[in-house]
Amino acid sequence: MKVAITSTGNSHESTLDSRFGRCSFFVVYDTESQSTEFIPNPNKDNVEGAGPASVQLVASRGVNKVISGEFGTKVKSIFDSLQIQLVVLNEPEKKINEIIDLLNHKN
Amino acid sequence: MARPKRRRRVTNPPHFKGFRPIGLAEEKNPIILNFEEYEAIRLSDFELYGQLEASQIMEVSRPTYTRIYESARRKIAQAFVEGRTIVFEGGKVYFDSEWHSCRACGCFFTHPAKDQEIQYCALCGSTDIQEISENSPETAEEDRCTCPQCGYEKEHTPGVPCKTEICPKCNIQMMRKGSPHHNRMRNNNRLKNI
Repeated sequence: MKVAITSTGNSHESTLDSRFGRCSFFVVYDTESQSTEFIPNPNKDNVEGAGPASVQLVASRGVNKVISGEFGTKVKSIFDSLQIQLVVLNEPEKKINEIIDLLNHKN
Repeated sequence: MARPKRRRRVTNPPHFKGFRPIGLAEEKNPIILNFEEYEAIRLSDFELYGQLEASQIMEVSRPTYTRIYESARRKIAQAFVEGRTIVFEGGKVYFDSEWHSCRACGCFFTHPAKDQEIQYCALCGSTDIQEISENSPETAEEDRCTCPQCGYEKEHTPGVPCKTEICPKCNIQMMRKGSPHHNRMRNNNRLKNI
């Protein structure tokens, strides 16, 4: 299963980005192969529609779960119809590798 | 160009794909019942809502709801009479899901796969989860201002925004009781106390 996490930078030491549509990087983590991929967000400076554009980007990678600090109003209904699970984490200081550790706890 | 259709909110999509008549060979062109039509039948004839209430649940206008419902009934009648297969498919809909919270890691998550039961937190795998209702019963009360810290309440003065009121005990801004902002704050506080 693939999980997307919004990140402020492109390393495992970066922290969770609290915005979804305008985050700096998406981390796509594959729970089976334990591999991570960092994708710079091209919609970062969009004036409008950054959320839906980011949904397209994330969905095109075949992600099943998205972790972020907050999701905008336009985004939830699109994710629901794509059957992608949303996770809101109110901890902006959490590092990417800490979140990955949390995810692995389950498996 | 015609105005685009509004997206209909479907809270309970069917967990199977359709119906087939007994004793007939499999049919090539089934009747397609849209998800919004299924939802209209469910709301009106199963949950027994009035059309106005049901239309508000699906987030469409009352006349539009009537059209969806009418079309659904005609399709079902046609399938019954002609012995056709019914397949649930398509429609301009979105599937709304409820938010859940985890008490172990403090995260919130949705659960889009409705046919599966929620057992674990999506993040840490804990089983200590609960559903959050956005319209908690307290919101139905009359307008009141409340202090997010100590819970002090006072009657809301029309025309005076709650955030300009100051709590006499804590000396901080107050907020409207039951507003989305207040609900979120309350959920966060609840999680902190656990």
